Amino acid sequence: MAEERRQKLCSVILPTESMKAMAESVGVGSLQEESCLALSEEVSYRIKEIAQDALKFMHHGKRRKLTTGDIDHALKLKNVEPLYGFQSQEFIPFRFASGGGRELHFYEEKEVDLSDIINTPLPRVPLDVSLKAHWLSIDGVQPAIPENPPPVPKEQQKTDSTEPLKAVKPGQEEEGSIQTKGQGANSAEVKGKEKMRMKPRSTHELSVEQQLYYKEITEACVGSCEAKRAEALQSIATDPGLYQMLPRFSTFISEGVRVNVVQNNLALLIYLMRMVKALMDNPTLYLEKYLHELIPAVVTCIVSKQLCLRPDVDNHWALRDFAARLMAQSCKTFSTTTNNIQSRITKTFTKSLLDDKTQWTTRYGCIAGLAELGHDVIKTLIIPRLSVEGARIKAVMDGPVVSNIDKIGADHVQSLLLKHCACVVAKTRPLPDMVDQYKADYGYLGTMLCSHVVKARAQAAFQAQTVNRTTLTITQPRPTLSMSQSGLSASSGSRTPSIIKVPSSLTLMSTRPGTPTQPSPPATKYIVMATSAGAASTQQVITLSSSQSGSSVTSTVPSTPTSLQPLVKLESGTTGAVSGPRPLQKYIVVSLPSSSSSLENKGSGVIPSSTSPISMESAVKLERSESPAANTQSPH
Amino acid sequence: MWECCKALFNFLKDTGLEHTPGKKMAAVQDAPMELDAEKETKPEILSDGTSNLSGNTASGTLSSTPLTAGGAPKQEDQQTLIAVLQFLRRNKLTESVEILRREACLEDQEDSQTLDGSGGGKDGGDAHSLLSRVSIASAAAPQSTLTPIPVKSEYDQPDVSVVLSAYSQQGDPSLYQVYYSSLKNFIESVLDCHRAELSQLFYPLFVHMYLELVYNNHENKAKVFFEKFSGDQECYYQDDLRILCGLTKKEHLKGNEALLDFRTSRFVLRISRDSYQLLKRHLQERHNNQIWNIIQEHLYIDIFDGMPRSKSQIDSMSGSFAGETRREVNKAKVRYIMYMKESTKRIRLGPENLPSICFYSFLNAYQGLTAVDFTDDSSLLAGGFADSTVRVWSATPKKLRKVKSATELNLIDKESDDVLERIMDEKTASESKNLYGHSGPVYGVSFSPDRNYLLSSSEDGTVRLWSLQTFTCLVGYKGHNYPVWDTHFSPFGYYFVSGGHDRVARLWATDHYQPLRIFAGHLADVTCTRFHPNSNYVVTGSTDRTIRLWDVLNGNCVRFFTGHKGPIHSLAFSPNGKFLASGSTDGRVLLWDIGHGLMIGELKGHTDTIYALKFSRDGEILASGSMDNTVRLWDSMKAFDDMETDDFTAATGHIHLPDNSQELLLGMYHSKSTPVTHLHFTRRNLLLAAGAYNSQ
Repeated sequence: MAEERRQKLCSVILPTESMKAMAESVGVGSLQEESCLALSEEVSYRIKEIAQDALKFMHHGKRRKLTTGDIDHALKLKNVEPLYGFQSQEFIPFRFASGGGRELHFYEEKEVDLSDIINTPLPRVPLDVSLKAHWLSIDGVQPAIPENPPPVPKEQQKTDSTEPLKAVKPGQEEEGSIQTKGQGANSAEVKGKEKMRMKPRSTHELSVEQQLYYKEITEACVGSCEAKRAEALQSIATDPGLYQMLPRFSTFISEGVRVNVVQNNLALLIYLMRMVKALMDNPTLYLEKYLHELIPAVVTCIVSKQLCLRPDVDNHWALRDFAARLMAQSCKTFSTTTNNIQSRITKTFTKSLLDDKTQWTTRYGCIAGLAELGHDVIKTLIIPRLSVEGARIKAVMDGPVVSNIDKIGADHVQSLLLKHCACVVAKTRPLPDMVDQYKADYGYLGTMLCSHVVKARAQAAFQAQTVNRTTLTITQPRPTLSMSQSGLSASSGSRTPSIIKVPSSLTLMSTRPGTPTQPSPPATKYIVMATSAGAASTQQVITLSSSQSGSSVTSTVPSTPTSLQPLVKLESGTTGAVSGPRPLQKYIVVSLPSSSSSLENKGSGVIPSSTSPISMESAVKLERSESPAANTQSPH
Repeated sequence: MWECCKALFNFLKDTGLEHTPGKKMAAVQDAPMELDAEKETKPEILSDGTSNLSGNTASGTLSSTPLTAGGAPKQEDQQTLIAVLQFLRRNKLTESVEILRREACLEDQEDSQTLDGSGGGKDGGDAHSLLSRVSIASAAAPQSTLTPIPVKSEYDQPDVSVVLSAYSQQGDPSLYQVYYSSLKNFIESVLDCHRAELSQLFYPLFVHMYLELVYNNHENKAKVFFEKFSGDQECYYQDDLRILCGLTKKEHLKGNEALLDFRTSRFVLRISRDSYQLLKRHLQERHNNQIWNIIQEHLYIDIFDGMPRSKSQIDSMSGSFAGETRREVNKAKVRYIMYMKESTKRIRLGPENLPSICFYSFLNAYQGLTAVDFTDDSSLLAGGFADSTVRVWSATPKKLRKVKSATELNLIDKESDDVLERIMDEKTASESKNLYGHSGPVYGVSFSPDRNYLLSSSEDGTVRLWSLQTFTCLVGYKGHNYPVWDTHFSPFGYYFVSGGHDRVARLWATDHYQPLRIFAGHLADVTCTRFHPNSNYVVTGSTDRTIRLWDVLNGNCVRFFTGHKGPIHSLAFSPNGKFLASGSTDGRVLLWDIGHGLMIGELKGHTDTIYALKFSRDGEILASGSMDNTVRLWDSMKAFDDMETDDFTAATGHIHLPDNSQELLLGMYHSKSTPVTHLHFTRRNLLLAAGAYNSQ
């Protein structure tokens, strides 16, 4: 009967120092220790009493969060005047200060500049309460409509696929129990069986609506209308309840790739890959079960000898890059010790890379696929091969002209190798960068690699400098403190900042839009401080997880500088210009230490392939990322 | 005059509860066994009662006294009445005196009392002490300068000051720990079968000893005592312990109503004779008088013959603020039978035929939705909000219209066939109407069965009646003074019940601005109130984790159910009136057999407070909606069929619950971040659910 696990109850009382401070604030100079103690006990008891009463109001208000209003009502119960004018939605804005051996919590009352308020654009009028009806269940079955939660939550899907014997779906469990009831109602027998219950078969019947949806979506995805496609992809990436259609989609993609590779239809392959991306982006889906269809399709798009009708003109390289990134993403998400996706993929790529007869196109794909898997992979698998590959490239470049196609292929492989290897080398190789040394180590490519590495290092150094200048302001959200930093940051520091931590894979300044995940992110933090003149000062700390947050990460892309140099971008630059009438958005982008890698990424600058569909992708993403913020109250 | 009546009122409220068992017995024996006629007779009885005493402000409550006293009033009942008479006479309320005397047939007794010289003096003292008690109870500040005489045998109704004085005769405070731990060691060493039963003693003893220490200003000892033994208590007493641990001073004790109740009402334990003997022997051997005194004075041990109960049996019934139900409490007959109409249009539900659920989401409510109700014909929907508004929506395409103004109504041809259509003002047609009037969050709304009226109860202490013809407020019923948590119309309209923070439920008629009945007895807030489908009973759930069923006719508590481990937030009667379902913050639904007064089922599965319960129109399916964003459907027929009601169980009240929640669960439907606030079955057995979408 003793319950060890529950937390111990004890009577906590307020510190007597607080009593003293309060007494002083009303003009009572010296309060005896005993009276302080008596007061604090009394006050603690009353506060607890009020809190317990306030809880009642919370329960009856059918909420989980205690509000200041509840406290007011509880005070009213006790015939105590409630605190007028104290309204707070989220947090209690007390500030802490210490100094002169005293510690204080105080309520910060800012001086408000009236012109700020006058010039503030009016906030959106809160929407009126409205009523909306939907079917939660039809004859005992929950329809898969946007108003309902996805039939099988993602965690469930995950446990289903990773631990097939353990998981029993909640919905089917009920069905199972109903069936057993209908069959024999031999409860003892049922109980005995329960432990060895087999994983129930899931049904794959689609409703008429779902079939229509499927048809529309697939047609739009591979159709000619780009706007429609964008819409369809967004639907795939965001809609819940696609779980039941997942097998259809995956078959559609794998069949589509099979057919279109043979026909060398580059456009369609690109569309299909974008579908894969959208499926992966959907937060309600867990694709593990369908990887056996999706991975071959993606890998095909990476390493296939020929993907388009005119290999010398068409930009199939972009598709390979894109697919390689998809591959890396799925490795990162789904690779477990049981399925070993990553090692199997790595093995496949390496095998064809080692093969002498491999064509340039396939070679490019293999290298791209490996490179996306992360720095470690590059270090162990690609860099040792640099001299061999260099010799091969040299043979094509300098040797007799075999064919234009080979030449282009070699050229692409070369730039790809340089791009990926430079940043890794810059990190691992000690200074100084001697061209001769590089040549000795890496053969033909050594010279170029050396220059790339030098560039990468320069960038890293620059970034580190920026960090030192600005980080201090960020940790000081209090405007009253003096800013010892440069004017750049001070003007923005005087506003409450939003702090956004973003993983290094952020495409903030990367030249590849639309690829949220890059392999093996080192711990780099970006802090984005956004201020808008005169806007209500809200303090938000947004932390984005580094793995899955594709869309939200890229959402910062359009607003942040994409050029190489200015790491810090400020509009309305001078100190104190905040109060200008324009409702300006300001962003300060800072990267915190241990951040060199991503910079080098950028430094190795590959120009975004503007012709490729990938740029379109970024547009889609932008639109998508904005939509959740637009309207928050609708459940879908 | 007003003050006096109020004091009297409070007094009746105080005494009403403890006498109920006896009174109720008498009333029931007298009552003829008429089943179907009840519905017709009831309103008459009530109106009789009120007309008799018209002019007296406390008419409603007084009328309950004569009814019950008509039987064979016990000695203490008489004393109470005499005290009341004395009081009335002193305040020159001769008319009331007359009526009361006539109705209570008290002339002779009272006369004999007054003839006796010392008796008269004593009576005066009685009245005085009663008065002082009333003031104490109402002002919650006991400053008893006079030493009140314990009028009644403190067996049934321990006086406040009696309890306080009981605490003053103390043992050695330092020995309390020794006493408690020696008892603990003893209980842990007894045979398994007795241990579970005797373990029930821990909690009440712990609380009383702690309070005693606090009362006698042994603050530090109390603290040490609490820290040492609070960990031993059952986890469902956590909330009470939290209150207790904050209470460290004698002064705190005075203001805390909850604990005042704990001391004035005796904690009820049910223990088998064997276990009891064991305990008694142990305490006598050890001369552990301190504990024995507490057991004698503050606990009520209900001893039964037969096998000791198992731990699970005890756990299922315990958990309330003041222990378990006394066995005899639930012995009264409850006439639950009612005539049910068969509806052919209705879809038959069952495990193979689950209802469809239509979910009404309130968008943009910003966590402000506090109560929802549907009309019986499912055409209107009302929402109460934290911003003090009540909103009415039309759930059908038909828009809501007001009646035209008086001047316009004059112009209407009253002879025309479509006069009912003509009186409506087309210009006011809209999807929804707002009702403004409350000055605090609206915690309860209820439509009248004829969908002409709407009731709403609010934090501002009032219940308001709204007309759905004019969409204006008709009456504000004041009486609760504190937040009114719930209100509910009777199945046939006219009467309604409300319950609130003042720990009483009140029965009202729409055309009286004073309550007709006050149901007092709960030890904490009355959180939800429901009418029995045959209108003769009212059920109330409370924060003291108990459920009480009240007889509307005489105001007696006829059923008292314990077993919940948290405040009760939802109640539902089965359509046949035999069963009751209750849901609480602990996420469990309990099923009760009203006739036998037994718990017959426990439905586990919800993970948060259950705010909505509803039986399907035929009673085959119970739907429960919770804060955990799910609607669950339960096979109530099976639950009711499975219960074993052999004579033994019925006689002893020892239930053995099968753990079959999983089998009974027919379906579970998640909503998307929308807590379920209300459930309603349409006449064709379509389930409607409502809740506010929570965007966070």
